[in-house]
Amino acid sequence: MSRKFLKPTEDPFWLKALLFAVTLGFIALVLLLPLMLVFREALVGGLGPAWDAITETDSLAALRLSLLAAAIAVPLNTVFGIAAAWAVAKFDFPGKTFLVTLIDLPFSVSPVVSGLVYVLVFGMQGWFGPWLAGHDVRILFALPGIVLATVFVTFPFVARELIPLMVDQGRDEEEAAATLGASGFQTFLRVTLPNIKWGLLYGILLCNARALGEFGAVSVVSGHIRGQTNTMPLHVELLYNNYDYIGAFAVAALLALLALVTLALKSFLEWRYADELAASHRH
Amino acid sequence: MSLIVDSITKTFARFAALNGASFQAPQGAFVSLLGPSGSGKTTLLRILGGLEFADSGSVRFADLNWLDMPARTRNAGFVFQQYALFRHMTVADNIAFGLKVRPRDRRPSRADIARRVKDLLDLVQLPGLESRYPSQLSGGQRQRVALARALAIEPRMLLLDEPFGALDAKVRKELRADLRRIHDHAGVTTVFVTHDQEEAFAVADLVAVMKDGRIEQFGAPAEVRKNPRTAFVSEFLSV
Repeated sequence: MSRKFLKPTEDPFWLKALLFAVTLGFIALVLLLPLMLVFREALVGGLGPAWDAITETDSLAALRLSLLAAAIAVPLNTVFGIAAAWAVAKFDFPGKTFLVTLIDLPFSVSPVVSGLVYVLVFGMQGWFGPWLAGHDVRILFALPGIVLATVFVTFPFVARELIPLMVDQGRDEEEAAATLGASGFQTFLRVTLPNIKWGLLYGILLCNARALGEFGAVSVVSGHIRGQTNTMPLHVELLYNNYDYIGAFAVAALLALLALVTLALKSFLEWRYADELAASHRH
Repeated sequence: MSLIVDSITKTFARFAALNGASFQAPQGAFVSLLGPSGSGKTTLLRILGGLEFADSGSVRFADLNWLDMPARTRNAGFVFQQYALFRHMTVADNIAFGLKVRPRDRRPSRADIARRVKDLLDLVQLPGLESRYPSQLSGGQRQRVALARALAIEPRMLLLDEPFGALDAKVRKELRADLRRIHDHAGVTTVFVTHDQEEAFAVADLVAVMKDGRIEQFGAPAEVRKNPRTAFVSEFLSV
């Protein structure tokens, strides 16, 4: 028995083929090809030069600084993100929509502008600059400035991931926990946190990836002091501008590798806990 | 030891949800709050459970100033219309929750908790479902688990907010009979919110018919049905 018609939701073969071709072609051209080129350029002289470029003192300093900045910024924004999502999802207050818009601000403002804001506030010509200089506190062109810029740029990731999730889950389970005698902290630990842990994990992974990769905002406040205030992305630019292509691509490849590890970790966890993930959706 | 609700008022952003609601019921009574939507019955129930705060008025229960106590110390089991089961926990963990969060000196041993979970599952007629997750249960089963969870803390008061609202007629009738049996067995004071008068009259000792945040009439089902005190009550009951 042959079918005369396609199912209402089924598209003709040529359309399916076209959609696949466009999607895959675009991914290959825009995502995979450049990524492969980074690794190819890094290894153009073999493993040795690439390894030397990565283990060179300034590159290691850049790696350390990037990891340190992320290690401070990510926990800060995790705590902030949970607090913000909790406030938005579980309480009613005037100005709620405005608060959510404010949280999105770092997404819409150019990172360079966010860096410049800190220069205006803490720079020598800025509001606190002279006072800070007088008390020998260094914020710009030092770790605090880099961390601040990173925090600013990665501010929305955790909150953005959690707010729709927690709004959707509502307050019923927390209310039930309270009537059963649980304290606020017990409710958070035993009810809220397990319900949001997947969203939280994605938020943290995204936040971490962006914290390691941030260029614009950090570039403005860093001062580009080689071996001291250069993060990995800044170090890549510096090497590239000095015509050290192998060095630049080797460090870039390492940076890309860190991102790929993050992705792999996420996929692994999704695969490992697929059952639990399915069960945690709204029933 | 009775439940005395006295002149409760509650206003949400200019909308008066409760406008001086009062009633008195003896210890161990089964009270139905009956009324159309917007009559304030759920708000009154949530105030009794400590999930909402009254603007004025008082509640005395078991010789306590009930409204001065936070929800977690009232020991009032609450059953929600949408079940509100902890979705990441098994049925057994859901039921045991109220026991596990107790301070160490009042917390039963693990074996006692397991035994209690089993007894409660027998009581709500779901034996053997300990290790299921809420998403693997039907609506009626979920509400039975929610009832068992509320009973696990040995509540002084059982509060039910349209607990059968999302279920079909046949399951509603079964659960209604089971609820009455469980109420008598546990000896709690029960307050039950519904907009279904047949349900209210079938299950309760006392019915409070509500309208516009007030209690229009309060009394035994037969009495209310025989002598409706206002035009609204007789009209609401004749539908």
